[in-house]
Amino acid sequence: MIQITIDGKKLEVEEGTTILQAAEKAEIHIPTLCYHPLLEPYASCRVCVVEVNRQGKKELVTSCNTQVQPGMVIETQSERALRARKLNVEMLLARAPAAKPVQKIALELGIEKPRFEIKDPDRKCILCGLCVRTCEQVVGANAISFINRGQEREVSPPFGEPSEACIGCTACAYFCPTEAITFEDIHDRKVIHDELYLGPSTAIRVPVRQAVPMVPFIDEDNCIHFKTGNCQLCVKVCEKEAINHEMKEEEIEIEVGSIILASGFKSFDAYRIPAYGYGRFPNVITALEFERLVNASGPTGGKILLANGEEPKAVGIIHCVGSRDENYNEYCSRVCCMYSLKFAHLIKEKTEADIYDFYIDMRCFGKGYEEFYHRLLHEGTKFIRGRVSEITDIPLTEEEDGKLIIRVEDTLIGTVRRIPVDMVILATGLEPGLSHSELAHTFNISCSQDTFFLERHPKLAPVSTFSDGIFLAGTCQAPKDIPDTVAQAGAAASEALALADKGSFELEPITAEIDEKLCAGCQICVSLCPFSAITYNKEKHISEVNEALCKGCGTCVAACPSGAAQQKHFRDIQIMAEIEGIFID
Amino acid sequence: MSEKPKVAFYWCASCGGCEEAVIDLAEDILKVVEAVDIVFWPVALDFKKSDVEAMEDGSIAVSFINGAVRLSEQEEMVKLLRKKSQLVVAFGTCAHLGGIPGLANFWDKESIFNRAYHTTPSTDNPEGVVPQEKSTVDGKELYLPSFFNTVYALNQVIDVDYYLPGCAPPRDLIMNAVQAILEGNLPPKGSVLSPNKALCEDCDRNETKPEKLAIKDIKRPWEVILDPETCFLAQGVICMGPATRTGCGQRCITANMPCRGCFGPTDQVIDMGAKFLAAFASILDADDEKEVARIVETIVDPAGTFYRFSLPTSILRRRKLEGK
Repeated sequence: MIQITIDGKKLEVEEGTTILQAAEKAEIHIPTLCYHPLLEPYASCRVCVVEVNRQGKKELVTSCNTQVQPGMVIETQSERALRARKLNVEMLLARAPAAKPVQKIALELGIEKPRFEIKDPDRKCILCGLCVRTCEQVVGANAISFINRGQEREVSPPFGEPSEACIGCTACAYFCPTEAITFEDIHDRKVIHDELYLGPSTAIRVPVRQAVPMVPFIDEDNCIHFKTGNCQLCVKVCEKEAINHEMKEEEIEIEVGSIILASGFKSFDAYRIPAYGYGRFPNVITALEFERLVNASGPTGGKILLANGEEPKAVGIIHCVGSRDENYNEYCSRVCCMYSLKFAHLIKEKTEADIYDFYIDMRCFGKGYEEFYHRLLHEGTKFIRGRVSEITDIPLTEEEDGKLIIRVEDTLIGTVRRIPVDMVILATGLEPGLSHSELAHTFNISCSQDTFFLERHPKLAPVSTFSDGIFLAGTCQAPKDIPDTVAQAGAAASEALALADKGSFELEPITAEIDEKLCAGCQICVSLCPFSAITYNKEKHISEVNEALCKGCGTCVAACPSGAAQQKHFRDIQIMAEIEGIFID
Repeated sequence: MSEKPKVAFYWCASCGGCEEAVIDLAEDILKVVEAVDIVFWPVALDFKKSDVEAMEDGSIAVSFINGAVRLSEQEEMVKLLRKKSQLVVAFGTCAHLGGIPGLANFWDKESIFNRAYHTTPSTDNPEGVVPQEKSTVDGKELYLPSFFNTVYALNQVIDVDYYLPGCAPPRDLIMNAVQAILEGNLPPKGSVLSPNKALCEDCDRNETKPEKLAIKDIKRPWEVILDPETCFLAQGVICMGPATRTGCGQRCITANMPCRGCFGPTDQVIDMGAKFLAAFASILDADDEKEVARIVETIVDPAGTFYRFSLPTSILRRRKLEGK
């Protein structure tokens, strides 16, 4: 340990500590510009200059890269140090007058205007080199560097051309203290509703706010380390030492006795109904987007705002978007009526807007739902019964100017109406989730006509499937609300437990079998089996029946062209004998 | 008299290809002749029916009979040979299953005669002469064998010991059969002397079969340029291979033609046409009935395709004889 004195304070620090770090420990503020704790000091801005007394010899040094020595006496606010710092800041301000951190330090030091000539009032770069050091030390891409000397000195990729070495990580912009480096989305992706815009995310993040377990993951495609092998800043800053870049994605095989499928739904794609103008009109938004908008931790802090940042004066909510519609999905999505009513209630609570709710039938089937509907009726939401035909921005009257006009047949008064509003919320329906049909194939379960997974029996076995040990819960089976989903999930869990509890499993006695001496390996049966119980054995050149999976449906037996597949108890000769028996007499 | 076993060959309703198959043994026939004594072979040797009648019952070791039975004369001859022989081998598809002549079971004597002697474009028969079983010429009575309404496979007329399948049976199967008979190394009576597995077992193209066969459009071989290595079914061409007994040595397959089913079904299949139809229908790529109907419409002559060689021995047997 080394004894030093800073601004009269006596201090004991470890060997190798810089003056800046020692000052930080003593809670003494030294202004810096080109310093970053995660990068090697560079001492280019010289704002951190202090006066030290080393064995009687007084001199000015940059505190960021000068290590303490035994008995060193440091003065951060000495007249000489302050004068030098002021001069340095004045020069930086003259060079880069638009750089905010320089302006801030100048203000602290009482500089109003630099004594030196300002050549470019918009200049922001102070040549601190943080970007160059980041690209070199952190990223390892070496895509930018200083070019020229003296007044001509600046940061640039080689020859001022976009560099092939650049990996587009934007770390330089992140480290730049003066916003002299910015990045743009060169793909010019369309932003529908500015308030709903989701900006770029970091390469290490938590997947969603409700994630279980609540643990961040590293997105290998975007992590600098996986591109250049460098960086690992996260490892340096993680106090728990929890980050390990060596970990790999793994496919884990787990043997289980039963499986509960709860693969959920996806929201109907509102683009599919062009007449509603989703994507064309920024203030036509989907239910999920509205949920995000109205969320207290959302982009507007829960305020309901239009794309231009104003509060809407009239809002339309359209039910059955993509549901109960022969052109899209014939079924009722069951949840939209109630969430639409919730939206109407929230809008009423948070804004002064008039609310129009366009419905075909109000389906308030659950406990307390009808009462909620009545509450809304009393709150003054205007309910219009009829399917909206079109949303347009072409006004016919002055009143409709600058509004979105909802065209609808009001079937209760028997006329076509035009309702001008500022915001339209599309109550998009539910559709089977992503990879739904692949899942059905993987787990050998059928889909009903509406393409949701088919339960074994609509009344008597609503959570089972035709594959033993595979159960369904939630919206993968049919659209349903949260209470119904929770109930079904409970039922599925107990069905699975009942299987496990029993400890034994009854197999179908009447199964198909393939005689390996007779099978020619034509494989016609393999793809026909609705339970994937048949596999082709490439080594033996025969197809084989897994009797645990076989349900004895007989499809393969009927289709086997060489008669190698036979159904136990229903062999061809047995059936023929029975038929012959009928005709004896 | 030689001590060599006696052998007879006979030709019923068939094209003669089976006789040719014997000739095709080429120099191997000398080995056969060395080992046996051919006592009856109308196509090659001048023996009469009376010569056979004169033999002792069971004195012929084996009779190879090819062709289906469709005339009374054939019935008479095969019954005679049965009596005189220890073993009878149904030689070739027609004797085995009824074969191509068996397709006549979709008709009857009257409609066949009407077609053959009256309505074909090439018929020149202004007097409408039709063959009669009995006719008088110069005061002498002449007889023709009677023509059955139905074509029979050999085992529907006489007891058959073994079957040599194929149209015609390939050389190696014939030689194996002769060898087995000479050595007395015979399988159980009623066996088909070819492996009891489907052709896919030996087919080089079986490995090219996709995971899921799905036929959207049925094509006939002349409608497509057939890939010489890919499974015919995968190319949308009807190939009876999956339902047909192997042993033929992939003769058609190597000539880039799909299997037509001449070796007949495997032992465990009762009705070859129905069995293949069930298999084939299950690989059609269609979800609704209209689409199924559209695909099935494109099968030209389905009965003749699926029952090409096996109609007389199928469950169908023949078309119903109206009013008879």
